[in-house]
Amino acid sequence: MSLSRAFFAIIRRDLVLALRRRAEIANPLLFFILVITLFPLGIGAQPHLLQAIAPGIIWVSALLAAMLSLDSLFRSDFDDGSLEQILLSAHPASILVLGKIIAHWLVTGLPLLIVAPLLAVFLGMPKNSIGILLLTLLLGTPVLSLIGAIGVALTVGLRRGGMILSLLVLPLYVPVLIFASNAVEMAGSGLPVNAQINILVSILFMALVLAPWPTSAALKMSIN
Amino acid sequence: METKPIYSLRGTELSCIRDDRVLFEGLAFELRSGQVLLLEGKNGSGKTSLLRILCGFREPDSGQVLWCGDAINDSEYYADMAYIGHLDGVKKELTVFENLKISLALGRSGHYTIQQALSKVHLSGYDDALVQALSAGQKRRLSLARLLITQNIVWILDEPFTSLDKQGIALIETLMTEHCANGGMIILTSHHDIELHSVDVQRIILS
Repeated sequence: MSLSRAFFAIIRRDLVLALRRRAEIANPLLFFILVITLFPLGIGAQPHLLQAIAPGIIWVSALLAAMLSLDSLFRSDFDDGSLEQILLSAHPASILVLGKIIAHWLVTGLPLLIVAPLLAVFLGMPKNSIGILLLTLLLGTPVLSLIGAIGVALTVGLRRGGMILSLLVLPLYVPVLIFASNAVEMAGSGLPVNAQINILVSILFMALVLAPWPTSAALKMSIN
Repeated sequence: METKPIYSLRGTELSCIRDDRVLFEGLAFELRSGQVLLLEGKNGSGKTSLLRILCGFREPDSGQVLWCGDAINDSEYYADMAYIGHLDGVKKELTVFENLKISLALGRSGHYTIQQALSKVHLSGYDDALVQALSAGQKRRLSLARLLITQNIVWILDEPFTSLDKQGIALIETLMTEHCANGGMIILTSHHDIELHSVDVQRIILS
């Protein structure tokens, strides 16, 4: 009965489940790509404008894609009773929940990272900012999953929690959005971005350490 | 022969209030190794609420649940307890084997291996079948197999006989008798008349 075995078993289980329900991976990714490809069509032939707002477009789309995928984090486990079994385990629930969040990020956040460079080129972003864009996505999207998990855990018991979920979670996403898109923009103009990256790293670590507890506590309330 | 330790689960002055309605109050019981606690009562009388209090999902509105003398949240209770509720708690996109593997990873391994447990609940040969292909009764038996592969003392079963056929019911009764003979204890709700021979059954009738 080792905690690490349970932790990796949960991650593995969620990855296998995601593979068997491919729509779950495809949905947020497709949304991300679609929104970004629609912008040039909407704005028209103004490459400079597009280039200027590209960091914002990519980050806002990533944020919305993350929001879209949140509900699937605990929904099916809540509906079929697996969540009860996970919370009843003698292992600390927050660690198991962290396993679920990591699996969720691997399934919904990581694919965004993979297609982002392509879309950045598509929007005409300068080469030197693409690396920073990837770095901010790498640091920022896990935060979206971690903070989002608290919101989902609070609303999973409600029948129509979608609206409340966005109201709860979006304000908490704002700092990530500000620092990340700002870093990408500054990198595009050749300015140093250490400060923003450091802040994003600290936000990530804080979320990593602090988010699992309220999430597991909220889940315990939700299954009541 | 080693002597089996005696465990006890005690509820004192338990009460549960739901939507301003008192479901039960002043409820007290003590259950020891080898005993069965059968909760009876009509629908909505608070059987499931009581079970969920005993699982620690719900705080009782008054009173305490004690495991070997300690409050359940401060003891090893969760390592010794298994719960099967209305929901089977199995993932339909995973195979039978994968589902049991997860349960095993979350708990301590028990007397039976996965294969032995599956043959015990008459599901051998279904290892690689996706759970969504199983019938309701088979799913129920799969969730009961979970009790066998992990090592627990307390089984908390909410209507374990739902959607089982006669054979299935007899099977569960045998498993429960065995569990009690091995020093376990069971708390269950059931609308069926259960036949447990040579087992000390206490009844609580909620009204």
